[in-house]
Amino acid sequence: MTRQKLVVVGNGMAPGRMLEHLFEMNADAYDVTIFNAEPRVNYNRLMLSPVLSGEKTYEDIITHGDGWYAEHGVTLHKGAKVTGIDRAAKTVTSETGITVSYDKLVIATGSSPFIIPLPGKDLDGVLTYRDLDDVERMLEAAARGGRAIVIGGGLLGLEAAAGLKMQGMEVTVLHLMPTLMERQLDPSAGFLLEAEFKRRGIDVRTKANSHEILDDGTGKVAGIKLDDGTVIDASIVVMAVGIRPSAELARSVGIETNRGILVGDDMRTSDPDVFALGECVEHGGQCYGLVAPLYEMAKVIAENLLGGAAEYKGSVTATKLKVTGVDLYSAGDFAEAEDREEIVLRDASSGVYKRLVLKDNKIVGAVLYGETSDGPWFFDMLKKGTDIAPMRETLIFGQAYQGGEPLDPTAAVAALPDDAEICGCNGVCKGKITGAILEKGLTTLDEVRAHTKASASCGTCTGLVEQLMAVTLGASFNPNAVKPMCGCTHHSHDDVRRLIKAKELKSIPAVMQELEWTTSQGCAKCRPALNYYLVSDWPDEYADDYQSRFINERVHANIQKDGTYSVVPRMWGGMTSAAELRAIADVVDKFNIPSVKVTGGQRIDMLGIRKEDLPAVWADLGKAGFVSGHAYAKGLRTVKTCVGSDWCRFGTQDSTGLGIKLEKFLWGSWTPAKVKLAVSGCPRNCAEATCKDVGVICVDSGFEIHFAGAAGLDIKGTEVLGHVKTEEEALVYITALIQMYREQGHYLERIYKWARRIGYDEVRRQIMDDAEKRQAYFDRFVFSQKFAQVDPWSERVSGKDKHEFKPLATLPAEAAE
Amino acid sequence: MNVLTLQDWVPVGTLPDIPRQGARCVRWGQTTIAIFRTACDRVFALEDRSPSAKGGPLSPGIVHDVYVTEPLHNWVISLETGEAQGADEGQVRCFPVKLDGETILLGLR
Ligand code: SRM
Ligand SMILES: Cc1cc2nc3c(=O)[nH]c(=O)nc-3n(C[C@H](O)[C@H](O)[C@H](O)COP(=O)(O)OP(=O)(O)OC[C@H]3O[C@@H](n4cnc5c(N)ncnc54)[C@H](O)[C@@H]3O)c2cc1C
Ligand code: SF4
Ligand code: FES
Repeated sequence: MTRQKLVVVGNGMAPGRMLEHLFEMNADAYDVTIFNAEPRVNYNRLMLSPVLSGEKTYEDIITHGDGWYAEHGVTLHKGAKVTGIDRAAKTVTSETGITVSYDKLVIATGSSPFIIPLPGKDLDGVLTYRDLDDVERMLEAAARGGRAIVIGGGLLGLEAAAGLKMQGMEVTVLHLMPTLMERQLDPSAGFLLEAEFKRRGIDVRTKANSHEILDDGTGKVAGIKLDDGTVIDASIVVMAVGIRPSAELARSVGIETNRGILVGDDMRTSDPDVFALGECVEHGGQCYGLVAPLYEMAKVIAENLLGGAAEYKGSVTATKLKVTGVDLYSAGDFAEAEDREEIVLRDASSGVYKRLVLKDNKIVGAVLYGETSDGPWFFDMLKKGTDIAPMRETLIFGQAYQGGEPLDPTAAVAALPDDAEICGCNGVCKGKITGAILEKGLTTLDEVRAHTKASASCGTCTGLVEQLMAVTLGASFNPNAVKPMCGCTHHSHDDVRRLIKAKELKSIPAVMQELEWTTSQGCAKCRPALNYYLVSDWPDEYADDYQSRFINERVHANIQKDGTYSVVPRMWGGMTSAAELRAIADVVDKFNIPSVKVTGGQRIDMLGIRKEDLPAVWADLGKAGFVSGHAYAKGLRTVKTCVGSDWCRFGTQDSTGLGIKLEKFLWGSWTPAKVKLAVSGCPRNCAEATCKDVGVICVDSGFEIHFAGAAGLDIKGTEVLGHVKTEEEALVYITALIQMYREQGHYLERIYKWARRIGYDEVRRQIMDDAEKRQAYFDRFVFSQKFAQVDPWSERVSGKDKHEFKPLATLPAEAAE
Repeated sequence: MNVLTLQDWVPVGTLPDIPRQGARCVRWGQTTIAIFRTACDRVFALEDRSPSAKGGPLSPGIVHDVYVTEPLHNWVISLETGEAQGADEGQVRCFPVKLDGETILLGLR
């Protein structure tokens, strides 16, 4: 049979899911072409808020990468907005001039943010919150600091506000109504939410009507003027006041539309060869703004594209706010009415508020704030129309209190019926999850996500899924239990480190044999960890096993997403010279290196180098005096410095000099995870020492040593280790601290996590107060450096590991086919 | 021109050229083939391209038993079948390869 042609307009979450269903049922029925106005692949739009707050990256939220399209033979036109459909000729045409014909068309254009027609709405700095570009613009603004005004105290506005605040901006939320999220929450819950946002330092103003966005005189946002005359200064204004189904395209070609594109239960539009899907749809008088209904539609269309007769019957939705630390759940309708009753529970001391709205002894609405674990149970009864009369007295206390004895949360989950929905986003019910766990032998959350999609969208149901795993797997699942290093052993990292010392195990096979590894050669998780522990514990005796190191540490460069490498030479303490810069420039020219970038670590990165060229690149850099910057290593990375007393009018000590001394002393050492230092010349802290693994703040009376900061996946200011008077002392104390970490840290555990586990006071006690311990740590570090401080680049220039850089053979191309 | 006919066994190097639990590449026209050597001196040949959605090479991965964990996304690929393990789905092309003494012969067609 010849394949039919399917064209999809819009590449959002809904069509992504539709194609997955389609290919699962029949991979060969259609040749698929997708047009996307956004210049990228498909990603999880729900997770934009964690990207904004810095809890995730764009890479983390991609749902269908380039490879997925290639694998399924889907043609994706990125950055190609569709502007015309010729229904008679059955073709679509994009703004970029591509015309494609179709047998079946799916319009999935999503929705667009509503812009209030205020004076100043077109100024530079007025943003919306819909796609990755919006997030990037917000992050740029956040990097410059200042105040952000978010107009709209609904779900999106509040997520944006919380994210911008976490990025360090001052934030004001302007909301027209008297309480926040008034469409999903009743006034009491809205009030609690407002109090929580205020507690986080976010300025929330309700009943605030914007009058005008102010111009700073250069066409950029300067602030907002409210109706009552109040002026608030700001550098950006984010409008999050609602969305509108994007139905213009369909409307312009005569497909029937109202607010959205009108579809029947079969999801067909007024043109039987054209389906509409997602937020652009209006079905039964409803437009949806959450993914759960869209996923249901996606399934219906996939079936109908294959000749099925599936029907979509509308959805009831529940809302959860994804702001870390705020628990909020709402579902159904909770407006007051004559024929309705309510049950309310308030516990001011623990900030809990619950309200159920009943009609004829059935739940029609539920609002939960502060304690939301019963949400799915209430929602389940709401959808089924369960008669709650028999448990009316105790209903509000939740499922745990039904039937006499209070249950623990796990038992409550155990008591849920098999068809109770656990994951709202993906419509996954309990039975499907427990079934998959048992049939496929799943033991981790990641596996459950991969097989059932539960907890894979907004993530708010993760706790429930874990409880369900506990119920199903019994004692064998305990997320809090001592975690084994990996699937190859029952021992934890701590046990393994202890036993390596106690039993004097000095090779990976010896560890695996003695500690009864369950696999013959370990895996990619345990081998690098064991290799590090052995290097760290037996620096003079252990023969480093390079095949147990990640590629970066094996070839001493960072692998890039296209398989090329990047090279970062050391620039001690961030200092460089004309000669060094000239040598870098020459290397860049000679090897045609496509990108040169100043890193966040005060040095220069050359990106896009072919593996074969690495030794020659290093040879040239080596001639100019450069050594490896270990930008790839679980080891000492950079020591950032400020100009200090050499130049700065505030400088109290030679911060640059101390930074260079530290870097020259510490480089080459391997550590459990990367280690970054910084030295600032005074408390103004221009080298950002107070978010590093180890930092030094110079003061008139000496040096304040800091440790356990973080500024990556987590953000955390440092703890003070103590104060010392001289540079020499600073060097000894810092070295001792790093050695203590080298000996105790779990592989891949940064200093801040290790210190939290051990206790900050314990670290201070051993390093600051116990002179003997400190000296012993220092001496062990110095001993280990004898074997570690070798420039890996010059080693490889002289021929070590040649095999890594050369192909084994080069054969002529395939014979002409 | 050197035209390869049906199932040519082409010598591409010797066993000691590849470290145990390591891999080296053979360029074959536009295709790169990774030759893996396991701890027990078995050899496998796979196209050097991860079946994961985001692609990337396999040869720099960590070899354990008859699997390689690819370096960019940590998928585990069977050297015997080219199939992704666990919940990941995908398969990479495998090539016939054998040892004649220490010489590695790659089967190309
Ligand atoms: C090049 C650079 C970005 C830049 O262009 O400025 C960079 C690039 C990478 N960073 Fe970074 N980080 C760079 C500074 C930072 C900083 C800022 C700093 O050092 O002051 C941070 C935050 C501080 C910190 O270390 O936590 C940072 C936090 C991370 C993290 C999150 C670590 C965490 O535990 O939270 C990762 C991921 C990881 O290590 O697992 C990461 C991982 C990476 C990797 C290695 C990704 C990877 O695994 O391939 C990137 C390698 C690209 C390459 O080939 O060079 N990079 N990275 C910076 C190199 C600094 C240097 O000179 O060595
Ligand atoms: C920040 C944020 C947080 C959210 N959080 C949640 C949540 O927690 N839970 C929840 O259920 N939902 C949430 N949502 C809503 C959810 O993301 C949407 O319901 C869902 O993404 C809609 O999917 P869709 O495929 O209909 O449209 P979209 O994902 O919007 O995709 C439409 C795509 O079509 C493209 N397009 C439009 N017109 C054209 C054209 N003419 N030609 C080509 N391409 C076109 C657009 O560029 C866009 O990429 C959130 C949304 C945002 C923005
Ligand atoms: S940290 Fe202090 S000494 Fe260093 S540059 Fe800034 S102001 Fe000057
Ligand atoms: S409820 Fe959103 S991922 Fe499960």
